[in-house]
Amino acid sequence: MKNLIKSFLLAIFAFSQCTQAPQDATLTIYSGRSKALVEPLVQKFTEQTGIKVEVKYGGTTQLAIALLEEGAQTPADIFWAQDAGALGALGNAGLLNTLSDELSGLVGSEFVNPGKTWLATSGRGRVLAYSKVRADTLNLPTSVFDLTDPKYKGKVAWAPTNGSFQAFVSAMIEIHGIDSTKTWLSAMRDNGAVAYANNNAIIEGIAAGEADYGITNHYYLLRSLSADPNFPVAQTFFSINDVGNMLNVAGVGILSSTKKNDLAEQFVSFLLSLDAQKYIATDVFEYPVIALDSASAPIQNARSLAPKVDLERISDLEATIELLRELGLL
Amino acid sequence: MQVQNWSTFRFTFTFLSAAVATVVVVPIVYLVLKATQAQPDKILDLVWNARNVYLFLNTVFLAGGVLFLTTLIAFPLAWVITRTDLRFKAAFTLMSVLPLAIPGYMLAYTLMGLTGANGSLALSLGLEIPRLGGYWGALLAISLYTFPYMFLNLKSGLAGLDPSLEEAAQTFGYSKLQVISKIVIPQLKPSFWAGTLIIGLYVLGDFGAVSLMRFETFSYALFLQYSASYDRIYAAWLALLMLSVTGVILVAEYKLLKGVRLHRTSVGAARSFKPEPLGKSAPFVYSGLVILHFISVIVPVSTILFWWLRLKDMGVVLGWSQALIASLSASIPSALLASFLAVPVAYMMVRKSNRFVRVFERFVWLGYSIPPLALSLAFIFFTLSAAPWLYHTLALLIIAYSVHFMAEALGPIRTALYQSSPRLEEAARSLGASHWRSFFSITMPLLRNSMVAGAAFVFLSSMKELPMAYILAPIGFETLSVNVWSYTNEAMFAHAAPYALTILSVSGVFVSVLFSKEWRSL
Repeated sequence: MKNLIKSFLLAIFAFSQCTQAPQDATLTIYSGRSKALVEPLVQKFTEQTGIKVEVKYGGTTQLAIALLEEGAQTPADIFWAQDAGALGALGNAGLLNTLSDELSGLVGSEFVNPGKTWLATSGRGRVLAYSKVRADTLNLPTSVFDLTDPKYKGKVAWAPTNGSFQAFVSAMIEIHGIDSTKTWLSAMRDNGAVAYANNNAIIEGIAAGEADYGITNHYYLLRSLSADPNFPVAQTFFSINDVGNMLNVAGVGILSSTKKNDLAEQFVSFLLSLDAQKYIATDVFEYPVIALDSASAPIQNARSLAPKVDLERISDLEATIELLRELGLL
Repeated sequence: MQVQNWSTFRFTFTFLSAAVATVVVVPIVYLVLKATQAQPDKILDLVWNARNVYLFLNTVFLAGGVLFLTTLIAFPLAWVITRTDLRFKAAFTLMSVLPLAIPGYMLAYTLMGLTGANGSLALSLGLEIPRLGGYWGALLAISLYTFPYMFLNLKSGLAGLDPSLEEAAQTFGYSKLQVISKIVIPQLKPSFWAGTLIIGLYVLGDFGAVSLMRFETFSYALFLQYSASYDRIYAAWLALLMLSVTGVILVAEYKLLKGVRLHRTSVGAARSFKPEPLGKSAPFVYSGLVILHFISVIVPVSTILFWWLRLKDMGVVLGWSQALIASLSASIPSALLASFLAVPVAYMMVRKSNRFVRVFERFVWLGYSIPPLALSLAFIFFTLSAAPWLYHTLALLIIAYSVHFMAEALGPIRTALYQSSPRLEEAARSLGASHWRSFFSITMPLLRNSMVAGAAFVFLSSMKELPMAYILAPIGFETLSVNVWSYTNEAMFAHAAPYALTILSVSGVFVSVLFSKEWRSL
């Protein structure tokens, strides 16, 4: 029995040794974006360049925290995050390299953070989702501020604990100031806004009849509709430049501990290429960050409805979290 | 010779138990190190506030409800399976274990998908009931996938009872109910407390199901501290707070179990029970079992199947076999390692009254209640500073799993030890057998069934585990559960379905193989 245990432990050890063989021309990516979206792009990149890519998939926030813990010893070269906040946290901790001008010049300045440590790879719009059956579709609200009207009492779904929502609140603080934001948040709360865990849960909640309207991200519904065209929820934008239309981003940064900065930049510039951006627009249903041809024009148009917001602002959630805590929403 | 034998035996067992406890202490040390970096005024703000008290009370109510409901399900279930002439026992047992193979958030999704205006009940039968949610939704979801813990613990407790006690009570004129309440239930104490601890700690740590059901518990506070603020310092405070709650529960349980002795003291061996005929209650028993398994297994499985059918090219499952191999290569070694290491820990606790040694067992429970994210960060911290070669290896993941989940294996093994008499080992030794020999030839065979149950628990938990599966695992090592989560996170339920079904069927096969020996005797 003792021998059995011993040989068993040895076997585990031996097995673990062969799974960690070091490789050279290989990029390591920590990806908070899911495999379904990333894998096809990674394959294409390897086909085009011959550079091998290894990806660790996981939750954006958990990976960001793991990266903070790993510090300079991380095996990662690139971090691809679902939202700005995670990249902002790594940037603030000094864990991200400054991107070359050549690379950051590939996208408009609104898609690079001022410190040039990370850039957006796609946009994720905020929209108003509503029930096709129960919402007053002829008189939809034109501003997110309308939702505090008694007409919407107990009918609006939101996700105060969700990163995208918090980025939206940060944008509101920047555009309308902290006092108006606080007033809006508490009016929403007092108007019986229904809290959900995430954006997709909001859409499912509207479908299930628990709420009639919801403020959420734009692409979950597009995905639900592509699976089931009869899904009883629709979505729209508020009027032009309303903060309710703000554009969140998914983005990418290069770890400062990397020894493969050139390869990493090559990968990032690939993500900004026409092919990759087209894929993001048509298959992932997110907004491209470079100009595309007319085939994706409706998506470009939606982008022009969003207010201008500083990326640095939406990646710093501290004031927002404090405000949400103060109001008992977190 | 005898004496030396004993000392190497004791040394080995103490060493193994201490090693397990050390691995648990590592993350606690990490949390304390982090916590000391805090500013006192902020601690008051972020940790000791009214909202956290409210969240904590929510957690207590939920845990109480879940314990009540799971006991209500598990006790009769264990009774009819161990004591009556119920047919298809093996199948019913398997069905009663399978809910453990369904990730909690998946079960919550399926229950929610069933109800509400757009739910499958409304669409298929026109039956529109409000969607499950809040306290009752969380209570139902968590109870449905944790009752197997209580069931298996009670079942191994019931199976190990000595019928002569109950017969004696009956001859004294006790009614059937009196026998159950005065003889059976007191003897089930260790198994009941083991199940209670596991389920209670599970509720304390669960985040997936409660957040989907929109019922806020204490794990919310911890999640937000990590994910909204990217903060590890005040999160450490919250984690330590959770651990101290666990600590209080552990001390209480220790007091309750002190002096428990359940083995036969007189001569002779216990007979097995004569199965009681179900008689007139048979229709109720069978329909109850069918309803239970319908809700806890058939509904989730068919919902997941239904998602899968929506996929146009359902034949193509990206990297399916690699995911399967990854899951198995992490879960099987973890299950075996946890189950084997739990034996010395439980043995030292039950057989040796030395305080110092008994304390190791408590650490195992503490390890179970360290939030997985905090545990992962601790392992990052310690491996990178002390043993970088261990970082991102399968070995590290296996160590983390076996230590974190060992409590699940400990319960059944501990109960079996309480029920087996030390006299047998003593007799063997008086006949000249060494401590090692008496342990391996007398004690181990008596522990076999409980070790099997323990390994099954750990296997099922490891198969569905997140986030250690992606933080600590080697890069590119994507388990089935990582795939399930990755797709559901993007609301691509159809793509997640085949991976979730694989977890279920592999778990089913593994549990059947583990229990096959036991089932042949049913």
